[in-house]
Amino acid sequence: MREPHRDPRARLDVQIDSPGREGLAGTAPAELYARRADTDQMSIAPDFRPADVQPAWRQDFPIDWPQDRYVERRDFMKFLVLMSGAFTGGQFWIAGQNWWRSHRGLDPVRRVASIDAIAVGQTVDFRYPGQHDPCVLVRLSDSEFVAYSQKCTHLSCAVIPRPEQGVLHCPCHDGYFDLRSGRPTAGPPRRPLARIVLEFRGREIFATGVEWRTT
Amino acid sequence: MPGLRRPFTRDQRTTVIYGMLSFVLILVILQLWLLTATMNAYLGGDDSVIWPAAGASLACLLLNLGLLVYLRRLDHVPR
Repeated sequence: MREPHRDPRARLDVQIDSPGREGLAGTAPAELYARRADTDQMSIAPDFRPADVQPAWRQDFPIDWPQDRYVERRDFMKFLVLMSGAFTGGQFWIAGQNWWRSHRGLDPVRRVASIDAIAVGQTVDFRYPGQHDPCVLVRLSDSEFVAYSQKCTHLSCAVIPRPEQGVLHCPCHDGYFDLRSGRPTAGPPRRPLARIVLEFRGREIFATGVEWRTT
Repeated sequence: MPGLRRPFTRDQRTTVIYGMLSFVLILVILQLWLLTATMNAYLGGDDSVIWPAAGASLACLLLNLGLLVYLRRLDHVPR
């Protein structure tokens, strides 16, 4: 009858009062201190059975599973530290972008349209502050004008004003913004649209700045 | 005295790795949250959190690098 299989690493009797080891000194078996195979170098099958009863394929290509686990956790940790470095790099990239944004000077003053040229409910597309920054001006009433950046705060698709519904609609992911405030009302966007600061000089409307908002 | 240093067994080292891995994982998740929150604030024009967040992220990275150095030492203890 075969003995029940035991973990081959569990050979050391650590119990100090086991038979033959009573007392603290001089009673330990001599073989306790004998040189034996380094347990760290033993290849152990997942079923803990001895190597000579393992299938032939495993005898030919033994895998040291504890070592395998150790190595994969170690490598995973190294990968996580790499990710940590990437995230820190991202933080400093944002800081650099912010530094550049704060040192590029004031936004230009640019004429957008004439008050008389826009009827109530009508919109005017324009570019501000750069030529690649599409914006839209909407006349809400006789005396109310609003202007927003057209870049959706979700993924920068162009939003389409719908004055008759009082919203700006982003067709990419069905996001909606309130036309009066520019705040998101539905869909994936979480931040309001950037508001363009308007200034009236006589009967002319000028854009004088961009107001970025988080809420 | 390096001669008296008792090296860890592989099982012990695996346990140590699990502990370090848990710590590093928490820090990396914290960094990811910091990055997304900072990006959201930056895109919204709020630049007050950018440098504190960068400092906190750098502190997390230094902690992680310290653990990585310990991991290398763990692997190269003479046995």
